[in-house]
Amino acid sequence: MFDTPKDWCWELERTKGSVKYKTVSVNEDYRICERLPAYFVVPGPLLEEDVRRFQGHGIPIWCWSCHNGSALLKMSALPKEQDDGALQIQKNFLDGIYKTIHRPPYEIVKTEDLSSNFLSLQEIQNAYCKFKQLFLIDNSTEFWDTDIKWFSLLESSSWLDIIRRCLKKAIEITECLEAQNMNVLLLEENASDLCCLLSSLVQVMMDPHCRTRTGFQSLIQKEWVMGCHSFLDRCNHLHQNDKEEVPVFLLFLDCVWQLVHQYPPAFEFTETFLTVLSDSLYIPIFSTFFFNSPHQKDTNMGRKSVNPQSKPLTLLTVWDWSVQFEPKAQTLLRNPLYVEKPKLDRGQRKGSRFKHQRQLSLPLTQSKSSPKRGFFREETDHLIKNLLGKRISKLINSSDEFQDNSREFYDNWHSKPTDYHGLLLPHIEGPEIKVWAQRYLRWIPEAQILGGGRMATMSKLLEMMEEVQSLQEKIDAKPHRQEAVHTQAPCLLRNSARLSSLFPFALLQRHSSKPVLPTSGWKALGGEDDLAKREDEFVDLGDV
Amino acid sequence: MASASISKYNSHSLENESIKMVSQDGVSQDLSENVPQLPGETLITDKEVIYICPFNGPIKGRVYITNYRLYLRSLETDSSLILDVPLGVISRIEKMGGATSRGENSYGLDITCKDLRNLRFALKQEGHSRRDMFEILTRYAFPLAHSLPLFAFLNEEKFNVDGWSVYNPLAEYRRQGLPDRHWRITFINKCYELCDTYPALLVVPYRTSDDDLRRVAVFRSRNRIPVLSWIHPENKMVIMRCSQPLVGMSGKRNKDDEKYLDVIRETNKQLSKLTIYDARPSVNAVANKATGGGYESDDAYQNAELSFLDIHNIHVMRESLKKVKDIVYPNIEESHWLSSLESTHWLEHIKLVLTGAIQVADKVSSGKSSVLVHCSDGWDRTAQLTSLAMLMLDSFYRTIEGFEILVQKEWISFGHKFASRIGHGDKNHADADRSPIFLQFIDCVWQMSKQFPTAFEFNERFLITILDHLYSCRFGTFLFNCESAREKQKVTERTVSVWSLINSNKDKFKNPFYTKEINRVLYPVASMRHLELWVNYYIRWNPRIKQQQPNPVEQRYMELLALRDDYIKKLEELQLANSAKLSDPPASPSSPSQMMPHVQTHF
Repeated sequence: MFDTPKDWCWELERTKGSVKYKTVSVNEDYRICERLPAYFVVPGPLLEEDVRRFQGHGIPIWCWSCHNGSALLKMSALPKEQDDGALQIQKNFLDGIYKTIHRPPYEIVKTEDLSSNFLSLQEIQNAYCKFKQLFLIDNSTEFWDTDIKWFSLLESSSWLDIIRRCLKKAIEITECLEAQNMNVLLLEENASDLCCLLSSLVQVMMDPHCRTRTGFQSLIQKEWVMGCHSFLDRCNHLHQNDKEEVPVFLLFLDCVWQLVHQYPPAFEFTETFLTVLSDSLYIPIFSTFFFNSPHQKDTNMGRKSVNPQSKPLTLLTVWDWSVQFEPKAQTLLRNPLYVEKPKLDRGQRKGSRFKHQRQLSLPLTQSKSSPKRGFFREETDHLIKNLLGKRISKLINSSDEFQDNSREFYDNWHSKPTDYHGLLLPHIEGPEIKVWAQRYLRWIPEAQILGGGRMATMSKLLEMMEEVQSLQEKIDAKPHRQEAVHTQAPCLLRNSARLSSLFPFALLQRHSSKPVLPTSGWKALGGEDDLAKREDEFVDLGDV
Repeated sequence: MASASISKYNSHSLENESIKMVSQDGVSQDLSENVPQLPGETLITDKEVIYICPFNGPIKGRVYITNYRLYLRSLETDSSLILDVPLGVISRIEKMGGATSRGENSYGLDITCKDLRNLRFALKQEGHSRRDMFEILTRYAFPLAHSLPLFAFLNEEKFNVDGWSVYNPLAEYRRQGLPDRHWRITFINKCYELCDTYPALLVVPYRTSDDDLRRVAVFRSRNRIPVLSWIHPENKMVIMRCSQPLVGMSGKRNKDDEKYLDVIRETNKQLSKLTIYDARPSVNAVANKATGGGYESDDAYQNAELSFLDIHNIHVMRESLKKVKDIVYPNIEESHWLSSLESTHWLEHIKLVLTGAIQVADKVSSGKSSVLVHCSDGWDRTAQLTSLAMLMLDSFYRTIEGFEILVQKEWISFGHKFASRIGHGDKNHADADRSPIFLQFIDCVWQMSKQFPTAFEFNERFLITILDHLYSCRFGTFLFNCESAREKQKVTERTVSVWSLINSNKDKFKNPFYTKEINRVLYPVASMRHLELWVNYYIRWNPRIKQQQPNPVEQRYMELLALRDDYIKKLEELQLANSAKLSDPPASPSSPSQMMPHVQTHF
């Protein structure tokens, strides 16, 4: 996927981005850069020689186009130069690039510098290490000892807060694209870590296609695999360099899980899909998440090998789920709550503006917060620079609080009923960000709810779907044959009420119905001691 | 009991319910122009005010005050805000700002509510409008201080179901298989002469005479003797409840009490010791000796084994809930949500209550021994423990009516002091007797229903509705401290039961995922990893937290259910058509609906 120009063209067509953006093949055989895929998409007027100039650095690469024509772009930084002359050359080059995309028909660009204004990779790694530790529990005693301070332990890992910040940033970017009609250019050293995370997260929120299974898989191919995320180093598959290990992709999956958890009907796949996907990251029989770049993969797998003598390596792709799961088990990856978008749009969606229709002509009414540049106006350049300067300076002052625009956008969206086939914004209030329990609690027997958990409702749903399906089959068969189709669809989850909350992972069922009991005692109440010592009601029972 | 036809009164009350649903501080779609009025409700006054919404800023509106509610409708065109607050929910009314106040909207009223929110209204300084509103609100929110009746006594609502008939103690004990060879029903407390906070009807060991009971009563705080709450249908282990023994500093003993506990132990053939769970932390139990209370010592009760469950008292719980309010209202603590939540200790208390109940349930279910539960007086923590253990053990209590019976039995009839704990119609907002013990119990039930989403017939709305009417004073159910007081006030004759409201429209309160499972014991996992703050209740006023309603998972399931029924109907029609072709047409064509019941039975 996305290893041929055709895939990119199709994606451009799908998002109606082909008017302004084009697929280039200058990097075929990785002639220019090993940290770029063979084919990618850039703004239409960008010259091929510009791509070559700094080995593919410093050029805006297209990620996705919004229905209103604004696009999400990413760009890697130019190599750091000490020399003033070289710096000047770089500056001029960048100015030229910016000019290219600042000119109509492009919307104004907001730059998001992810290397300086956002999370650091080190922070992510540290947080995850602490977080992971919380789930490596040896015995029952340890489980209950840590239970009493569970929330503060969770907080001190910062993992949930990092998830929250990612979701918040994604909301801000979404607001720019959706409400302000601005292009957003994500800037990062290599454009292959936080760029991948945010661009794909924004797409999951904005593009319902990315919430189908194939759409999500192709998103990961497009942004992560072809986006040269260094899976080999980041997952530390070879255990060679601990310093490079950062669970960026896992962080992305956790962010998506939050959305799946908050909006169950919006996704074609289940949390189980995300969990097994996260597991597959560490199964080295798959090529998908094994290399640092498509170049590395092609070199090692022999397809484009420089040395035709070397024996080509054959690895499987993760996306062939039948390798890992039999058909029955695969039904657990499909969300029974998901309903495909009805073909006929009866205008029930949250504002018809989410239709993937791009306005080609100049909109007559200007939305209040987005000073849209005119299609035909020439003197807007000045205005754009002005505005851009302001926006950027505003961005630099970014604090933990939302920008006013984003806050309004966020509140506004949440005040309306949710359209599961439209834009999706996560809740980011503290109580709404949760631990991905299925992934992290699954091997802890103490945390098992016998016969309960979300699985209990899900399996009821699946049962009902099966029943409906078999009824449908009977009806279809009826006119032709008197005998009804009696064969029940194979049922995976019969007697589901007795499944454990850890299903389908830990099948270690505690058959005894013995409850798990906390062993640790009460934590001191601190300043409330005198209250605690008081009697419920002051009544002297004296010599009754 | 399901409603076939809905009376006009009933539909009226439903209307009110729907208004209530949208009356959160968020956007409301209610367009009706009239102020909703229950039969018996009268409008007292109306005023133009500015409602200072903590989420959307000041909103100009007209407030209507009746003898039951405060109703506010926005007068601004871009806001359709409606507030509909039963006056019973008000715990405190304060004047803010004085004659010299200058700031905008700084002169008015600040109303603290029992359901974790505050309402602020700004009024004009001229014309005594604040004084009027203050006086009227005080009068009708705290009728007891003004020798006025609670609204429940004025409410003339009619329902097609009588909620008072839900609980019949005799029928409930009969359901449990009582009386039997070992247990008898005694009328010793018929006129509440043995114990004025106990119900009239009690179940005690067959071998113990009423005279024996009288002698035991002397040794139990407030005469709340050990009586049966629940008996296991197979192993015949029992859950007993009572108050603390009056041991005192000198370590007094009472032979009758000791013998009585032994008789309880011997009602089943098991020779193991009787388990006594004292809900309190041991230090508190010891400290209670100073005021004449205490606990069962090993020496005196050699056939019993006592353990403490470390659940704190009503004051600790009250402070804990206050802290919860601090972190969720009006703004949700942003930066350190988790540690703030932890510092409220609310979930920690929930964990301990659940843990205690699990222990009780496990002892009984495993057939190890019978259990005696008490705290100090046996009407707060004891009620929590026995009722939760019964909910875990007996699937009947997980149905709508079963749960109503459970509340009616373990809480209302056994004298949980609702009037003191909630302070119905009472102006003394700082009363140390107030405490959210019942709320904590409902929270525990919610945690269980969250962990076992298919095990309960009722949904979250059912629990929230109960809590809303715990405060509203619209129904008589939760009024007064004990059965004797309720009888004196003729509550069942003069007021409506909240179960009338619920049972006349049961569908609204049903959990579609409910799967009936008899004899299944539910053990929730009392771990912080699974306990969570009940956002839909505690943070429901915040529009940012507004949950997707209806619940999408439920909705999808209902769609599938409808589809299935549709298909079944179609299939039957096809079957009919086919059989019509094959054989002679039946004399009277049987309608598909006739065949429905048999298909539906397994659901």
